[in-house]
Amino acid sequence: MIYREAGQFKASYEEDQQIFPIKQDRIVMATLVVATFLVVPFVASEYWLQAVLTPVLVFALAALGLNILTGYAGQLSLGTGAFMAVGAYATYNFLLRLDGLPFLVGLALGGLSAAAVGIVFGLPSLRIKGFYLAMATLAAQFFIIWVLTKFPWFSNYSSSGIISAQRIEILGFAFDTPVSKYLLTLAIVSLLALAAKNLARTNTGRSWMAVRDMDVAAEVIGIPLMKTKLLAFAVSSFYCGIAGGLYAYTYLGTVEPDGFGLDLSFKILFMIIIGGMGSVLGAFLGAAFILLLPVGINVLMHTSVGALVPATLASNLELIVFGVLIIFFLIVEPHGLTRLWQIGKEKLRLWPFPH
Amino acid sequence: MKLKKIWLAAVAASTVWGAAAVGSAQAAEQYLGLPSYRVGPYAAGGTGVFGGWIDYMKLINERDGGVNGVKLVWQECETEYNNARGVECYERLKQRGGQRNVLFAPVSTGITFGVFERVPQDKIPLLSIGIGRSDTADGSVFPWVFPMIATYWSQASAIVGYLGQREGGMDKLKGKKIAVLYLDFAPGKEPFPVLDRLAQKWGFTTEKIAVAMPGNEQQAQWLQIRQMRPDYVILLTYGVSNPTALKTAARTGFPADRIVGWWWAGAEEDVVPAGDAAKGFVAGAFNPAGTDFPVIQDIQKHVYAKGQGDMQDPKRVGSTYYNRGVGHGIIYVEALRLAQEKFGKGQPVDGEQMRWALENLRLDEKRLEAIGAKGLMPELALSCADHEGSGRVRFQQWDGEKWVSVSDWIEPDREVVRALVEESAAAYAKEKGITPRDCSKEQ
Repeated sequence: MIYREAGQFKASYEEDQQIFPIKQDRIVMATLVVATFLVVPFVASEYWLQAVLTPVLVFALAALGLNILTGYAGQLSLGTGAFMAVGAYATYNFLLRLDGLPFLVGLALGGLSAAAVGIVFGLPSLRIKGFYLAMATLAAQFFIIWVLTKFPWFSNYSSSGIISAQRIEILGFAFDTPVSKYLLTLAIVSLLALAAKNLARTNTGRSWMAVRDMDVAAEVIGIPLMKTKLLAFAVSSFYCGIAGGLYAYTYLGTVEPDGFGLDLSFKILFMIIIGGMGSVLGAFLGAAFILLLPVGINVLMHTSVGALVPATLASNLELIVFGVLIIFFLIVEPHGLTRLWQIGKEKLRLWPFPH
Repeated sequence: MKLKKIWLAAVAASTVWGAAAVGSAQAAEQYLGLPSYRVGPYAAGGTGVFGGWIDYMKLINERDGGVNGVKLVWQECETEYNNARGVECYERLKQRGGQRNVLFAPVSTGITFGVFERVPQDKIPLLSIGIGRSDTADGSVFPWVFPMIATYWSQASAIVGYLGQREGGMDKLKGKKIAVLYLDFAPGKEPFPVLDRLAQKWGFTTEKIAVAMPGNEQQAQWLQIRQMRPDYVILLTYGVSNPTALKTAARTGFPADRIVGWWWAGAEEDVVPAGDAAKGFVAGAFNPAGTDFPVIQDIQKHVYAKGQGDMQDPKRVGSTYYNRGVGHGIIYVEALRLAQEKFGKGQPVDGEQMRWALENLRLDEKRLEAIGAKGLMPELALSCADHEGSGRVRFQQWDGEKWVSVSDWIEPDREVVRALVEESAAAYAKEKGITPRDCSKEQ
């Protein structure tokens, strides 16, 4: 009833091509943006800002990066964690070694370094596909972490390889409170998400999808494979690099190379599988699901059931429940949470008179 | 229909979550947040240490009715030994009801690194017994961090000292070849600066060989060790990688008595799975195993006899990790006692008062005997400048059934270690723009 687009006419191409062609969607989106920027900082506690919202945003950005590569361009990658590491360590080194470099420039340079590394490790994608490409990117994962550990220059000769992020200062304003860090992360992630959404609707995005669906056919209709695939690797790694920089600077504050291990890459891959391949919304939903569910279960276990069963059993139960829930959601909807959302929208359009 | 059910479930879950956060706050309770880890490859350490700690607090509640009448309460949070989860736990445990956390001890070097810059702002002392960042022993730069009993650097120095004793003099180490097999995580690399300096000082050479986490496959590394034929192997591994190392060493024919591990390789859980391969293996320790200590006997009597113990397997009471946990508990309770004496008996203390108490903590033989823990841990005396308090390590050998002590408390090479601590802390202070406290003005 409320969610009905009858009477909304598109009179120009611009109107027809907007990101949200339905008026209700635009209202919801605008409310969401206003709420996250203006309401959340005032109502959320420090715990929510620091330990829940900021990491979800950071991982949503990383998942978005992987989604560009895997969801849109169809190139399976297991090197996401390593590209994040490149972003984090490159940002750290740029800010450390170039005195007076603005934070945002350092972050962007970190992202560009990750993009460059991504292009190098994307080269095998020109010859191999699918699982074999996953193995090649797996090599990137191990190689990059090894380089960061092996050469102490990258961590400024810290004895355990751990770097601790410098203070963030933009135009004289220090971002050192949870609220300001959250807002900074939110601003960067929103901008990049908007860019990704638009990129997917341009020529570039359409050629990625063509390559994903069948690369031979794409080549036949004149899409240059090398350029398209490498561009996908570059853009994807750029996003992951920025996410890595934010992970180090606005979320954790101190990071070590091992923190960007294969576990992290798999975690982000699960995010886009659960969230939905080839969708911007999916990256956000997936990140929230994978990050918050274990925390939610942990809180539940230690408060309700935890009082009744031994703590060790409660901790193990958490993993079991988490696994069962993942399987449950994949059985209910193999195309991810985004698809569930779309089905919900379809139903809403007919509500309250389904026929 | 399905959607509706999921939605309802989500609403129900979030309601419980919200309700749980409220909790109750009473005046005569002292809240502590415990970031434990009971699953994963390091669960043997996590369940032991946190189990011992919780049992000691239960003992204090049961036997003494709390600390001067203040009941000890705590809340656990599962970190899985994962840094990001640990930081989340730190934030979650920070506050419960109206009470703030007074001590954070993750028993994980990675998590220690993750939060050590947050603790000064939140005014929560960070306790890292036998773990963490070694240069935080300089309390003038790191007032909120307490790497108590011994840091990795002191331990590395003590291991070299022990090898020197075995050879019959430090100068006999000249020309010796020592392989350092380390698990490729943050603490595994922490001892290197000290080892490098000592190698220079005494003229031995080290070869560092990395094992990828979690270290359940080490064939290549031990073949490499066999080729280089070292005089000793220093083993810096944790969790499942310990028995794997010993078993692989036996398979490649390297004698176990020439392997010296750090204290995270020196528990029953580390050697029993390796069977005969572990016989003769030597490891460091700052607390022995055993149930003969009066405090452990009391725990058996007041906690386990009533069926309230935290360990699922009561046989693990008195094991190395368990006793280490009891040591954590003793330090926590003694600091609480000291803080109450200064700031008001019978009242809960806050983070700042706790920090003062930790810094002024003295545990001498007499006090340890009164607690019933003589020999369970070394004497401690902290000060503004020295947040380590002891630095002594002893070594024990696995005879196939139990750990047998093979050395006295070994002092670290304080000249080398302290110089490195001050150097590194000063560099950190400069990088972050911290002005170190003047310790001569503190009391």
